[in-house]
Amino acid sequence: MSEPVALKLTAKDFKSDQEVRWCPGCGDYAILAAIQQFMPELNIPRERTVFVSGIGCSSRFPYYMNTYGMHSIHGRAPAIATGLSVSRPDLSVWVVTGDGDALSIGGNHLIHALRRNVNLKILLFNNRIYGLTKGQYSPTSEVGKVTKSTPAGSADAPFNPLSLALGAEASFVGRTIDSDRKHLQSVLRAAAEHQGSAFVEIYQNCNIFNDGAFDQLKDPTTRDDYLIRLEHGQPITFGAEGQFCVVHPPGGFGLEVRETSSVRPEEVVVHDTTVADPAYAFALSRLPGLDLRNTPIGVFRSVDRPSYDSVVQSQLAAAKAKVTETPEQQLAGLLASGDTWTII
Amino acid sequence: MTKQIRQLDRVVIRFAGDSGDGMQLTGDRFTSETAQLGNDISTLPNFPAEIRAPAGTLPGVSSFQVHFADYDILTPGDAPNVLVAMNPAALKANLADLPRGADIIVNTDEFTKRNLAKVGYQVSPLDDDSLAGYVLHPVALTSMTVGALAAHDVSKKDAERSKNMFALGLLSWMYSRPYESTLRFLERKFAARPELVAANVAAFRAGWNFGETTEDFAVRYEVKPAKMKPGTYRNITGNAALSLGLVAAGVRSGLPVFLGAYPITPASDILHELSKHKRFGVITMQAEDEIAAVGAALGASYGGSLGVTTTSGPGVALKSETISLAVALELPLVIVDVQRAGPSTGMPTKTEQADLNMALYGRHGEAPVAVIAPRSPSDCFFAALEAARIALTYRTPVILLSDNYVANGSEPWLLPDVESLPDLRVEFTTEPNGEDGTTFLPYLRDPETLARPWAIPGTAGLEHRIGGLEKADKTGDISYDPANHDFMVRTRAARIETIPVPDIEVEDPDGDARVLVLGWGSTYGPIGAACRGLRQRGLSIAQAHLRHLAPMPANLAEVLRSYDRVVIPEMNLGQLAHVIRARYLVDAISYNQVRGLPFTATELETTLEEVLKNV
Repeated sequence: MSEPVALKLTAKDFKSDQEVRWCPGCGDYAILAAIQQFMPELNIPRERTVFVSGIGCSSRFPYYMNTYGMHSIHGRAPAIATGLSVSRPDLSVWVVTGDGDALSIGGNHLIHALRRNVNLKILLFNNRIYGLTKGQYSPTSEVGKVTKSTPAGSADAPFNPLSLALGAEASFVGRTIDSDRKHLQSVLRAAAEHQGSAFVEIYQNCNIFNDGAFDQLKDPTTRDDYLIRLEHGQPITFGAEGQFCVVHPPGGFGLEVRETSSVRPEEVVVHDTTVADPAYAFALSRLPGLDLRNTPIGVFRSVDRPSYDSVVQSQLAAAKAKVTETPEQQLAGLLASGDTWTII
Repeated sequence: MTKQIRQLDRVVIRFAGDSGDGMQLTGDRFTSETAQLGNDISTLPNFPAEIRAPAGTLPGVSSFQVHFADYDILTPGDAPNVLVAMNPAALKANLADLPRGADIIVNTDEFTKRNLAKVGYQVSPLDDDSLAGYVLHPVALTSMTVGALAAHDVSKKDAERSKNMFALGLLSWMYSRPYESTLRFLERKFAARPELVAANVAAFRAGWNFGETTEDFAVRYEVKPAKMKPGTYRNITGNAALSLGLVAAGVRSGLPVFLGAYPITPASDILHELSKHKRFGVITMQAEDEIAAVGAALGASYGGSLGVTTTSGPGVALKSETISLAVALELPLVIVDVQRAGPSTGMPTKTEQADLNMALYGRHGEAPVAVIAPRSPSDCFFAALEAARIALTYRTPVILLSDNYVANGSEPWLLPDVESLPDLRVEFTTEPNGEDGTTFLPYLRDPETLARPWAIPGTAGLEHRIGGLEKADKTGDISYDPANHDFMVRTRAARIETIPVPDIEVEDPDGDARVLVLGWGSTYGPIGAACRGLRQRGLSIAQAHLRHLAPMPANLAEVLRSYDRVVIPEMNLGQLAHVIRARYLVDAISYNQVRGLPFTATELETTLEEVLKNV
């Protein structure tokens, strides 16, 4: 392909004429604005960009993007997007989903899209609650969560979305936060550049049914001590004074947080998104405690693996390369294959 | 010795054995030889759902019936003239279907004390007089095969496994079949193991030569070629024809075919077949579940492919929500339901027509779709093309109701000329359709077809969003307006109801029939054979067969009213009859069987005769 022409698109070009109807104060507004501002950077024509969603508050997203889009049914967006992506490799296909949509009703499609490594960018808006159905607990709600459907507290253990994605062999996994536009866009940028499935969890505040779920990660007085900002090639240290770090204790399976002053500098883990073994990124995904301390954000994992789309397309290309006849001639040959006989 | 040669006009042979005995393959090869000779043919495989049920037991019996004749036939035959029974279980399971006087060829080597006990024979039926009413041919099939292969470099096990080729050789001799195609087939099948080609060919020849030399088979039969339309033929099953029809739909529409499917009996063969045709641009995806299969197909349709999903009843139930989405999105989608006996897992390898209600009504909300059903194995090809035509032209899901009987049955197929197949080309919308010349209205309909524009991603200037929420007429914007919803619901209904479909044709050669038999789908053959039988006996009866179940042909009301009685035989408890009664206020007689087997022509003939007597 020749060098792409600069399209000179702006955020405004990606705003549809539809009135945005999320609750005032919803974290979705910030994500929408961040994405609309970010899309021009990709220099992909609007007509070649498609947003596919399921059901839920987050899934209204496609209506507000002036691209192609489909608001489908609960949990099925990864399946629908797979059919679109694999049959149309020229498109940039994004899936917008939520914690209920992706991890409950659509859990199967999510893990299989990641396993296949379909060329989809999957944005999971995680607010740890069912919003559109007015406040039931979700598969990411904490144990004991009191909601309309769990007056005595939720008895379910929650999913850790990143651990799940990594267990499903996701080739790209990242996490970001609705309120940090710069960081959000940096993770989206890396996701967009990735060939294959890119799974991005976005912590999103539902100010109506689960307000403040991620406040510790946003409050200027706590966030630096709670957040681990992952950067490829950099030692993993965090805290307002860099007072914490991540180490791999000998004999252990996972990673642990220590006080930086208590370890030798060479013991601090240097973040590497390209580690082939998903155990490393999985260990990172297990660091946060129930109180959200030690929450890594950024790109956890980004490894090269052939995408499903590319394998399917190369099989098609190989089969078509041998063809010398017109489709009609090929069809006539196919119909007459096997044992035939002629009656005169 | 010189053998007597007797001419027959038709023969029904049933090959029966253990599921590991290779009866399907034997039947298939005999069918192919018979096709080469030019007889008309109809076949019916009957096998258990278990891949290898315990050897020698009744549940493990697998059979293949082939009916061939020197005239055109409509069914695989009610009762076999010849039963090949490879073991006691095969004899016991099939004996009740045999008329007195039928030939029975048994493999005596398998009639051991142990095998007899497995199926409850105290005394071998070969030794008492229980088979006195039949012409019994005891043949030591296994030991003669092993003996014939003594000089071959194959294991005893492989030698024993060649006994089906011995049986095929014997039957091929008995009915004077040309066997070159079988020899070619064996060379292809065992190309990697030449010693097995030699062994199987030797077993086949041993069987043939045994027929020629033994005194037990004094008569050899001939069935002359049938008078068939000139042209090139092949024998084809319904699933194979349906697969080719989908490939043809891709070629004739110029669109890539995308099949999303999850393995399910008896539809999986369509997935297998289509996965071979990548050179036509066909993409097949074995999805993680039935829901993903239809979802991916719908996603591909959204992107400009012909999206198809293939399944059986339980799968359609799972796909229901997505089919409703396709109704709302107004995108083309072909859903193939190869029906099997239900509910639930039911009898997965047995046939039934009990998904009609689900196809017509099995969705939430007012969610009409088009429904069509093929009448015979080769008709599956044309039904697939018709389903694609409706889906593409009217931007709607179409459910194609095949069933296990037509899917696995086979018949000769006069190959169509590709150029004569319908032109399915579609035009994607590429320009704004609003009056201002710049706006795109995704739900502005073609006044004739009521279809909305199909503007696929990648088309600059037509970026738009669609979804499951109710849409405003024309703009497609989200709308909760009561009047708009009422309008859209009625429009979606009208969109299906006004699809022009061919008038139903009535076969009434005498012209004075007072009773009409109305059928749909795979019952065409047995109903047709029953009507022929009645007419041959001087009775008048009319036959009409529905291909389009939604919408129904415009002339159907008039046809139904032209007869004193309407009889509707179905392999369900009266689902079409219910529709006919409700829609046309016709007091139709419902005749039903749900035994997992097709109707026999004889039983239908008897039933219809009763009706005729009482008109």
